[in-house]
Amino acid sequence: MTEKNIPLWEVFIRSRTGLAHRHAGSVHAADAEMALQNARDVYTRRGEGLSIWVVPSHVITASDPADRDSLFEPTASKIYRHPSFYDVPEEVGHM
Amino acid sequence: MYTQALNVKDTALPAADPQREARFQARIDAEEKIEPNDWMPDGYRQTLVRQIAQHAHSEIVGMHPEGNWITRAPSLKRKVALLAKVQDEGGHGLYLYSAAETLGVSREELVEQLLDGRQKYSSIFNYPTMTWADVGVIGWLVDGAAIMNQIPLCRCSFGPYARAMIRICKEESFHQRQGYEIMVALCRDGTPAQKAMAQDALNRWWWPVLMMFGPSDQDSQHTDKSMRWKIKRFTNDELRRKFVDATVPQGRYLGLTFPDPDLKFDETTGHWAFGAIDWSEFRRVVSGDGPCNRQRLRQRKRAHERGAWVRAAVLAHAAKRRAREQAAAGVAAE
Amino acid sequence: METPLFTYTLRLADNALILGHRLSEWVGHAPVPEEDLALANMGLDLIGQARALYTYAGEVEGRGRDEDALAYLREVGGYRNVLLVEQPNGDFAHTIVRQLLFAAFAHPFFEALARAQDATLAAVAAKAVKELAYHLRHSAEWTIRLGDGTPESHRRTQTALDDLWAFTGELFETDQVERALIDRGIAVDPAALRTRFERRLDEVLAEATLARPAGGFTQSGGRAGRHSEHLGYILSELQYLQRAYPGAKW
Repeated sequence: MTEKNIPLWEVFIRSRTGLAHRHAGSVHAADAEMALQNARDVYTRRGEGLSIWVVPSHVITASDPADRDSLFEPTASKIYRHPSFYDVPEEVGHM
Repeated sequence: MYTQALNVKDTALPAADPQREARFQARIDAEEKIEPNDWMPDGYRQTLVRQIAQHAHSEIVGMHPEGNWITRAPSLKRKVALLAKVQDEGGHGLYLYSAAETLGVSREELVEQLLDGRQKYSSIFNYPTMTWADVGVIGWLVDGAAIMNQIPLCRCSFGPYARAMIRICKEESFHQRQGYEIMVALCRDGTPAQKAMAQDALNRWWWPVLMMFGPSDQDSQHTDKSMRWKIKRFTNDELRRKFVDATVPQGRYLGLTFPDPDLKFDETTGHWAFGAIDWSEFRRVVSGDGPCNRQRLRQRKRAHERGAWVRAAVLAHAAKRRAREQAAAGVAAE
Repeated sequence: METPLFTYTLRLADNALILGHRLSEWVGHAPVPEEDLALANMGLDLIGQARALYTYAGEVEGRGRDEDALAYLREVGGYRNVLLVEQPNGDFAHTIVRQLLFAAFAHPFFEALARAQDATLAAVAAKAVKELAYHLRHSAEWTIRLGDGTPESHRRTQTALDDLWAFTGELFETDQVERALIDRGIAVDPAALRTRFERRLDEVLAEATLARPAGGFTQSGGRAGRHSEHLGYILSELQYLQRAYPGAKW
């Protein structure tokens, strides 16, 4: 008989001041406090962390890889969003 | 790493889809990473689940042979190093379970398959750690062989596995050095009794370590597909030869003799040639008749069974807490 | 003749080593793999504290004994740890309750020691206080979950508390060795910490729906070298190689 699964949490860690939290992996825990402690014990054994977020895996909504073209492809042609699209006379210097 | 919860698994097994498979293979050939939600052939998924689970189980079972010696480590420095190392192995097991879970299988299922023997772990952990020198040899050779195997996996085509391996390789770099330092203490700076202990450990572990790389290429069932899918980058024999080349000089520095009369440097190939591996022993240990197979599985089962009431307790407590919060919210809403 | 400072330092070191050793026995056998890592982390903290304290004790003594000479070459009667830390791991509830009782004492203890007059002890304490804060949090949260979990986990945790309670009194005892040091502002007077210990413990036990055992007899003697039967087994494992190969380096 398989016992009831202990829920899964995604772990995000800020490794240095000024950096964003970054996905590190996942842990199992029955509640948020234990998820936080497990994340601390599993993912920050070498001083990798200054701050931890844990998020129940089931609340994350992910985009569908099949939608990749429709979601992301259209921006590829909008080169006017990038600074190199525009010419600035050389005499003006860096802008 | 994404996780199983993100995966929408097709309910019906998709029929072979040559077009999609071709697109998939093109992505692999272009060195693109495959992510959990991407379409993948069923064989790819199954191969990965089998391999990552076996890898995770190996880390977890691998805590036992060395864990034996934590309480008997001969100095406080050695004790903390060994404790941290064995702890890392547990951590690496968890990173890998995490990666496997992204493929739509739960850790509970994987553990169950380990305990009922459907999934395997590395045969090396079915050998006993008899003396302290075994701890040194395991760090030096078993971790050395593991690193040989694992470094190419950092470039594996499956994103979550590759990312887990990058983290693992970074952390494991101290493991082999830890083991070799123990060997140096025994062999170069130790008493004759200590050196004899080291030689005895090498004699017992050398051949099983060579078997860690798996059957030779002509007998391996999985190599072809795994290479094409870039789950594997080198064949078993290539990695084994690299390992022997790297290891023999290290053993000579220690003044130890390898238990292989055929071991000699081949000037023409530039590699160390070694004797024939006894594959009947390998098959025997893999199929369950190694010195410690039953003991290791019993240790895992016991830990699992003894933990059942604890796991039940945290779930029950979480349910109570949720009920209390809901009741409080209900009262507040009224 | 041992100086009070040597004995005092040794007591703190022995507490840390023996409890760290006990936690290390769990690795590979924990109820969930995440907890293998958590118990090992606490064990590493404690053995790290022990190493710093043994090194200092050796310096104070001035007879050339290093951390390993003190850890590996003393007999049971030479060990000065409190009886609580040498109690067997038992089931997970026993380990967690033992950790809770020790941390609820040691956390405020190290806070006070970090302000004491001896610079080395204060420095060790300043590091230890952060470590013990986590041990306290971890063991308190576990105690709450086990106490207020299932009927079985409640029963096991209450039993653990009942079994271990008799060893808490010793944490607050002082003898002549310590009196002199307390008067000089070097040692911490543990009696002053008792209220905080009890208050913290009562908060946790209330949430865990556990009952604090009433008073009862205090088992003590460890700090003077009178131990339970358990310590001998710990030392025979811990010291085996050093005893079997006298003088060898590892």
